[in-house]
Amino acid sequence: MADKTLRLADLSFKYKIPLRGSVLIIATALAVSVALIAREYDDFKRDLIDNAESMGRILATTLVTPMLHDDLWRVYEIINSPFQSRLRPDSPLAADVLVITDPLLRIYASNQPKRFPLLAEAAQVVPDFKELIDALRLRGDETPRVLDLKGSGHLYMVTPILADGVLLGTLVMGYPRDIFLPRLFAIIQRAGVVTFFVFLLVLAASWYWAQRFAVPLVRLADCMGRVGAEIPADIECRLEMADSKDEIGRLSAAFQRMVLGLREKAALEKRIVVSERLAALGRLSAGIAHEINNPLGGMLNAISTFRRHGQEDPQAARTLSLIERGLTQIKETVAALLVEARLESHALARQDIEDVRTLLQPDVSQKRALFDWRNEVAAETPLPSTPVRQILINLLLNAIHALDVGGRLACRVFTGDGALAIEVENNGRHIPPERLDHLFEPFAHESPEGHGLGLGLWVTYQIVEQLGGRIEVSSRPGETRFGVTLPLPVRA
Amino acid sequence: MDHTRRTLMAALAAGALLGAAHATEPSGRSRRPVRIGLTPVFLNDQMGFLLAWKEYLEAKLQRPVEFVQRQLYKEIMDMLLGGRLDFAWICGYPYVRHRAQLRLVAVPVFNGKPLYQSYLIVPAENRDTLSIDALRGKVFAFSDPDSNSGHLYIQYLLRKMGETPATFFSRTFFTSAHRKVVEAVAAGVSQGGAVDGYVWETLLGIQPDLVNATRVAARSPYFGHTPFVARTDTPAADIAAMHGVLTGMEQDAQGQFLLRRLNLDRFIPGEPKLFDGIAHMMRIVNGG
Repeated sequence: MADKTLRLADLSFKYKIPLRGSVLIIATALAVSVALIAREYDDFKRDLIDNAESMGRILATTLVTPMLHDDLWRVYEIINSPFQSRLRPDSPLAADVLVITDPLLRIYASNQPKRFPLLAEAAQVVPDFKELIDALRLRGDETPRVLDLKGSGHLYMVTPILADGVLLGTLVMGYPRDIFLPRLFAIIQRAGVVTFFVFLLVLAASWYWAQRFAVPLVRLADCMGRVGAEIPADIECRLEMADSKDEIGRLSAAFQRMVLGLREKAALEKRIVVSERLAALGRLSAGIAHEINNPLGGMLNAISTFRRHGQEDPQAARTLSLIERGLTQIKETVAALLVEARLESHALARQDIEDVRTLLQPDVSQKRALFDWRNEVAAETPLPSTPVRQILINLLLNAIHALDVGGRLACRVFTGDGALAIEVENNGRHIPPERLDHLFEPFAHESPEGHGLGLGLWVTYQIVEQLGGRIEVSSRPGETRFGVTLPLPVRA
Repeated sequence: MDHTRRTLMAALAAGALLGAAHATEPSGRSRRPVRIGLTPVFLNDQMGFLLAWKEYLEAKLQRPVEFVQRQLYKEIMDMLLGGRLDFAWICGYPYVRHRAQLRLVAVPVFNGKPLYQSYLIVPAENRDTLSIDALRGKVFAFSDPDSNSGHLYIQYLLRKMGETPATFFSRTFFTSAHRKVVEAVAAGVSQGGAVDGYVWETLLGIQPDLVNATRVAARSPYFGHTPFVARTDTPAADIAAMHGVLTGMEQDAQGQFLLRRLNLDRFIPGEPKLFDGIAHMMRIVNGG
């Protein structure tokens, strides 16, 4: 039972609304039909009784003379003529039992002489008459009356046939109760047909309504169900009624805002994680670099001193040279890790950026790439030129490296909103998403070709950080884009 | 031989009279309608037929014709004897009762003879009854008190058994028409009825469903068929004219058509002694 209720409640509004509409219309139709039928039944019964009473009075009056004359055939013709079933077989007002009893309650005449033979005891041959026998013992002052015997299939109208107050006989007209049925069935049938068409109409309307109402809800519910597991892409959860002002519209708008907020929060968290990790790495590498640099400096000094004062032992000289080269490589690597932007260099001029283009032109030509170069820095910009050029060179070298032969490369440098912006785009091999998170970490992505130490982006990131800027990257097949924003120092 | 001569003379007289009437027209008398009383000795409730017959008679008689119908034979007889009717088609029983005041105009021929029978009929589902004896204590339907086939004959039978309808049957009633006796028996209002055999046979062709709900349990001997009569004081010329028209009906197409509707062969002059059988029964029943 509970299971069933639960299942009904679980049903989508798409079905619930038409279902409820249908139940409503059927219930309404039933109620109205029952009321109408009850009313019709009462009306009909009253009509029948009125009709029976007037018919009884007319017949009783007409029958007086033939009964006084004991003209049985005339009596038979009179009671038979209005009730000839041949004439109106479906007449709802036709009595099917019509019996005249004499004062001794024997059959004087009837409309069914074979069933109710003349002179037979009425109580013996007519069904119900045994129960009615007391009601049939009329006196001279009686008026027509209805006998509604419970459990009987008939309704009886009993009319005395009186001649000057003397009872000649009793006219009993029996109406089958089921004569109501065809009329009631006709009403039920009509109500059924009307209900059916209204039902179809309501079903169609509520179906349409349900679609209008439920579809955005269903989509919203689906989208919400996905929140948490993933952040639904904006496109997939575009809600049609988001622009309406009703509850669904408001709900949709709120949901859109929530998704947007969630998406921003997720992106922010990701950036924070990345930058925190990079900052930690920076601190770690700087610490290590300092720890290494001290003994390193000592060792290099020792080698230098030894060369100046030691013997000319070729074996020792080769060994020392080997050690010195190794130590020098360590020093360079440590120096590379320990990025320190040289802030003291001169302010960035347009020519500094143009020089980068000249510097890299051979590499671009080698790849036979299309180079869309847009240097929009017009005036001198208050940023140190060396680190900016280093950033630009690193990004461009990476881009060129990713390019296929005949690819496309774009670079735009411009100022605006109090910042210098560098945008580098290429259509070469894209960076797979799993690498994006660790893109700026040192040695994280040594190129398969052994190109460099994989410190280029690390260095770039460190420089951008030190200049208080931001670096963003997006990459998908056919388009990889790096964007660097460096805030211009506020002039004093 | 004698019969043939009389017929011929009557026909001649009628012819002469018709010619004379034609020559003297329009006289006051010729425009007075001929009043003819009809009783249910035939199927007198077919109004279409009556209209056609009336037009036929008017054309032949060169006079307006008026048909008069009443509930009872007795009423028609009273009107005829009282001078309010010129002619009447009645039953053999009233004819023999008032034979002295009446003149026979014509007698119908049915199945080749100017005779008919009384049928004792019962509901069709009653397959056992073969005579009146089996109907003791039952409800019985007569047609008219003055009908031979529908009343007198049964009275006669019971009289011979030492009974009367009141003692023999539990209940009797009159329907005033033979057709209605058939209806009463068919509906089961009565368990038996006496009916004009000619009417029963004719009705069989018109309402077979009704008639087949009854069965002929017994047939009476033959009686003289229902006579067309006039008063003795009706002008001879009128009687002769009517006689000529009726007996001449079989001579022309329209007359034949009407006879077919009546289920009769023809009208013949007839003879009073045709009704001697009925007169005999009347004496027995009334004489005690």
